[in-house]
Amino acid sequence: MSTTVEHATTGHDSHDEHAGHGNSHYYLVALALAILTGLEVLLSYVDIGKAFLPLLMILMMIKFVMVVLEFMHLRKDAKLFHYLFWSGFLLAIAVYIGFLATFKFFLQP
Amino acid sequence: MAIIEQPRTDVALPAGAGAPAYVTPKQAAGMFARPVAPKGWRDWVFTVDHKKIGIMYGVVAFVFFLIGGIEAGLIRLQLAAPNGKVLSADQYNQMFTMHATTMVFLFVMPMAAAFANYFVPLQIGARDVAFPRMNAFSLWTFVAGAIFVNLSWFLGGGADGGWFMYAPNSTKMFSPGHGVDFWAFGLQITGIASLVGAINLIVTCINMRAPGMSLFKMPIFTWMVMVVQFLLVFAMPVITVALFLLSFSRGFGGAFFDVKQGADPLLWQHLFWIFGHPEVYILVLPSFGIVSEVLPVFSRKPLFGYKFVAISGAAIGFVGWGVWAHHMFASGLGPISVLVFSMATMMIAVPTGVKIINWTLTMWGGKLKFTTAMLFAIGLIIEFTIGGLSGVTHAVAPSDTQQTDTYYIVAHFHYVLFGGAIFGLFSGFYYWWPKVFGRLLNEAWGKANFWLMVIGMNLTFGPMHIIGLQGQPRRMYQYDESNVHTRFWNAISTIGVFFLTIGILCFIVNVVITHRSKNPKVKAPLDPWDARSLEWMTSSPPAAHNFDAIPTVHELDEFFHRKYAVDHDTDEIKQIATAEDIMAEQMAHAEKDIHLPSPSYWPLVVSIALPIIGFGVIYSHIFIAVGAAVAIMGIFGWSMEPSVAPKDDFEPPAPTDGNIKELTA
Amino acid sequence: MSTAAVAEHGTSHDDHGHGGHGHTSTGLSNNKLAMWLFLGSECLLFGGLISTYMLYRGRHVKGPGPDQVFSIPYTSVSSFVLLMSSLTMVLAVAEAQKKNIDKAKLWMTVTAVLGATFVGGQIFEFTEFYRKGLGYTTSLFGSSFYTLTGFHGVHVTVGIIMLMAVVGMLRVDKVPGDKAEVIELVGLYWHFVDVVWILIFTLVYLIPA
Ligand code: HEM
Ligand SMILES: [Cu+2]
Repeated sequence: MSTTVEHATTGHDSHDEHAGHGNSHYYLVALALAILTGLEVLLSYVDIGKAFLPLLMILMMIKFVMVVLEFMHLRKDAKLFHYLFWSGFLLAIAVYIGFLATFKFFLQP
Repeated sequence: MAIIEQPRTDVALPAGAGAPAYVTPKQAAGMFARPVAPKGWRDWVFTVDHKKIGIMYGVVAFVFFLIGGIEAGLIRLQLAAPNGKVLSADQYNQMFTMHATTMVFLFVMPMAAAFANYFVPLQIGARDVAFPRMNAFSLWTFVAGAIFVNLSWFLGGGADGGWFMYAPNSTKMFSPGHGVDFWAFGLQITGIASLVGAINLIVTCINMRAPGMSLFKMPIFTWMVMVVQFLLVFAMPVITVALFLLSFSRGFGGAFFDVKQGADPLLWQHLFWIFGHPEVYILVLPSFGIVSEVLPVFSRKPLFGYKFVAISGAAIGFVGWGVWAHHMFASGLGPISVLVFSMATMMIAVPTGVKIINWTLTMWGGKLKFTTAMLFAIGLIIEFTIGGLSGVTHAVAPSDTQQTDTYYIVAHFHYVLFGGAIFGLFSGFYYWWPKVFGRLLNEAWGKANFWLMVIGMNLTFGPMHIIGLQGQPRRMYQYDESNVHTRFWNAISTIGVFFLTIGILCFIVNVVITHRSKNPKVKAPLDPWDARSLEWMTSSPPAAHNFDAIPTVHELDEFFHRKYAVDHDTDEIKQIATAEDIMAEQMAHAEKDIHLPSPSYWPLVVSIALPIIGFGVIYSHIFIAVGAAVAIMGIFGWSMEPSVAPKDDFEPPAPTDGNIKELTA
Repeated sequence: MSTAAVAEHGTSHDDHGHGGHGHTSTGLSNNKLAMWLFLGSECLLFGGLISTYMLYRGRHVKGPGPDQVFSIPYTSVSSFVLLMSSLTMVLAVAEAQKKNIDKAKLWMTVTAVLGATFVGGQIFEFTEFYRKGLGYTTSLFGSSFYTLTGFHGVHVTVGIIMLMAVVGMLRVDKVPGDKAEVIELVGLYWHFVDVVWILIFTLVYLIPA
């Protein structure tokens, strides 16, 4: 870090790559998200037995990860941001699954 | 606060000399004129300088140490003899709750923040933290929250549910006063302070390091601080949830802890301890960092296994997330949970043991110098190990079932908190005092301080092991005269408090005489301990801009390596430069025209809004609106104010003639 | 706390090396680092609220249970609205990075309107549930449901305020530092709030209790 100079900032150039792939990419992602949401809603109306819960969880996670990677640009962004965010996310999942497990939550019918 | 500084040539020139005559503040946000170069108290209150903020954190935290200490003293007076009459049962409950809250949240945490704020930027070769105004915001928010919690004493009595405030015991039905409300909202406020401070310090550690300072060249104190800040970032939101549930239950009739409705009383316990176990590492790891700096310096050896110490610190932090339910072995968790958490808890002893071994091996074969700082560091190793061993006995669930809620537990955690956290902080006081204030604390008073505290703490807390195993419950306001042994050991324990009190008074006396003294000997030399890390490559106290030239780092213990090198003929380590030489070298390459962030009103404005909202929640909802309005105004003013005052706020422009005049106020 | 954090993100970027990219040890922006950390921290906040809800959703001694109050079609629509606001937000960021600040302002306004629609829908939903006999204090289900969705709603509201504030500040050209980055930061926050709703929608509404 240097606090001395009046500098021309060059750090922003990294953004130009986003400008590269036009906005259509984002529309596609949004479309996919909409379809997945529709699928989720549909699932909750038809009876598919035991596969329902796992399938729903998978769809939910796909949507989650898609927004984080594409809309929040994490896919193209620095590794460090991945570490910071996912460590919070995975820690939350681990801790709260443990928390619910101590209440025998997952043994309920 | 220096605004724009010219390079200086005189090392010993104290920061704060000379005042600019020609700085004219301009309207910044269209609201208030910006405090461009304030003087006197305004210089402190509006400052964004990490060093001033660190000092203020320290002063406020120390005041709360005294308050928490007085509360502890009253507890022990009550228990000095059977059927104590000093406090009523109700007052006793408030006393131990507020004692613990004060010590944990208002003393140890902010005191660690004081050290972190002051030394992390210096240790990594930065001029300030990443977000200077957010730093000021953290400080004032902490102060606001701390005062808010303690106001409950005057507004109907303190919180009385114990420091972990188990619900439903802390709901309106069982604790009808406002104490718990003040407690919950006050901790919410200090939680904001911790979270903001933690994000700030992590970004600082990641992004503001001097060139060449890779993560594994960071001084070990900075490492431990960074681990602690990660724990804070992830643990604070958990207590936030718990506190909200409690506040909403008490304030708006939420059902969360209403057993009639089918609530599970373990909900609060889990949430609290998911936060609470990481919290104990938040309390103790900064002190581990401090002694890991002090031991090598006074052993004249590098820290043994630096990477192991750093990584085991991170490992402790990580594993610390999986052991919370060891605080709940007696609550009916069920055998599987008890087994899992018991095993996990025993595992965490391993990285802790690694540290103790590393410290011991650091001293092994070293040329030990028993200064007060060193004595406190050694004291930490011994007392913390005692506390750690009794800790392992609670990890064994069957034995814990005997110990839970007895004085044995009180003994255990005071050995780790007093013998661990507090000894580390005192070691830090003695070690870094000359850096912060340019004066050396008196060693004779220091040694008295140390020995009285060691004797005092072992007399106070040692007997608690015995009375605990004899069955005296904790949080019990009276005991009867039937058991002679408990009577004897309780009396000893209270006598111990007198030693502790005198020990702490010695520290205060030491500070006063050091700062009153006209003896030139108290003035600290540049490098009084022949230290190893970057913070000693500055004047004492450091100038507002810390470093005249940002050093380029090549080694762990950079400062040491600039002073010493191996002589190739004799293979011996020889001094090649003095601290003065190194400083002169820096000055020769001093950077011109250093811009430091400018003071600001806004952090303070936003901080003040929070307790106003708190009063609104407790008393009248109008204040919520008032507080929110103040907060929003503050945030807007803040957003529109550039962090460095624009050039035209200074008239005429800073002199460029290479003059050594410093622009400070 | 989010607002205070963001306020600093918006400003500490300046021309003297405090917060700009390129001068930091990692080359990454201080502001973005802080935002990602904050979002990582928020995961534990919402995790706690969601877990509390999951634990309590089946417990209603009095009043209706989830199956009696939830209307999946209604909530699906409002979820869709929030999902689309993420699209408009990312378009705002993309335009800002191409220096089309006017277009960015427009997309941000659209985002705020969609967000407001969502919050409005939520308020309507709450009154509907209340009519069906589910108050805040009625049951464990009621308390934990309103607390979870209420917290989320407050987050959306804060996001709307931030969007409008940035639009307003852009209009009078009062945004200090890198405009695109300020918009990107607000965007990160906004998407996160959306992502939390993706979890809530599935876990709270779609899984039958
Ligand atoms: C100054 C010397 C100190 C003395 C004489 C002292 C004394 C005591 C005593 C006698 C209790 C037990 C009260 C009871 O259960 O009835 C207690 C509780 C406690 N103390 Fe201290 N203490 C001291 C310092 C500290 C420090 C420095 C910390 C933390 C950093 C601390 C943290 C606690 C906590 C967490 C409790 C538990 C309160 C509860 O049961 O909720 N104490 N202290
Ligand atoms: Cu623990």
